Amino acid sequence: MTASGASGNVIAKYLPVYFVLLGIAGLEVFLAYQSFSTTALLVILLALAVCGAALAVMYFMHLAQERRSLFLSLIPAVIFVLLMMNMIWSDSFRLLHMRPFPH
Amino acid sequence: MIVSESHQAMHAHGTALLEPAPYAIPSRKLTMWLFIISDAITFGALLFGYGYLRTASTDWPAPFKFNPSILNVMIMTLVLITSSLTMLGAVDSAKAGDKGKAGRFLWSTIFLGIVFAGLHIREWFGLIDDGVRLFQNPWGSPLFGATFFSITGLHLLHVVSGVVALAVIARGFSKGRLTAGHVETVGLYWHFVDLVWMFVVPLIYLLNLSR
Repeated sequence: MTASGASGNVIAKYLPVYFVLLGIAGLEVFLAYQSFSTTALLVILLALAVCGAALAVMYFMHLAQERRSLFLSLIPAVIFVLLMMNMIWSDSFRLLHMRPFPH
Repeated sequence: MIVSESHQAMHAHGTALLEPAPYAIPSRKLTMWLFIISDAITFGALLFGYGYLRTASTDWPAPFKFNPSILNVMIMTLVLITSSLTMLGAVDSAKAGDKGKAGRFLWSTIFLGIVFAGLHIREWFGLIDDGVRLFQNPWGSPLFGATFFSITGLHLLHVVSGVVALAVIARGFSKGRLTAGHVETVGLYWHFVDLVWMFVVPLIYLLNLSR
């Protein structure tokens, strides 16, 4: 196989991922114009964004081809830190209603 | 006794030199992965901060019309995802030793990155023309501009930095000073920039549509 043939193959190999990512982006725009509540839309859009990000990390960034220990060292740590940031939400809702927590 | 300790130290040093690379990947690639996860957490913190302010505000603006903003964002997304595909071609060609093709793919990626940055700046100027500033806008919560410009600005900074890094790597690789490993490492960074955009679009633009 020639070098140029190899790089032609890699484009063809990842075209399905490319089209799925474009499809997810298009679907997000379509759904954003439907009549969902803000919370429901947020959950749907975040779920689609996570799917797109997972495809990009596993295939474009080739994490699926690396040792599993690399995945286990990186991804759970990021998810854990991001989940810990969720602590702020109760305070943001308190500000919205301008009420202090009951004593 | 002294000779024995010295011998042990030398032996330990030699063992350290021969130690296999962590996760069986080059150190530069591991370093890029560590940078990427720290950067992902930085963007995560910014997006959480934006979510906090948006939730806590009763008058958060929703200024993004389909034309020009959302249309512009859709084109930007197409450009950025396509640039990830050309980056894959560049990495593969570089690994296969085809310098010419790797160079063409790298410069295509750079071109697409510049197009993305241009469209982004056009979007910014459109909002600035509408009266959006860092701490004021005509529609509602004054913090809209601060969060919008800081999050999209940090992403734009990453794109511009990536374009510069790609140009340096493309030039170095074509002259034989840099290796396919360098192309692969900068490719990881470029895909990460694409990944961040996948979260910026729904959270910043699509949740704030003008209906």
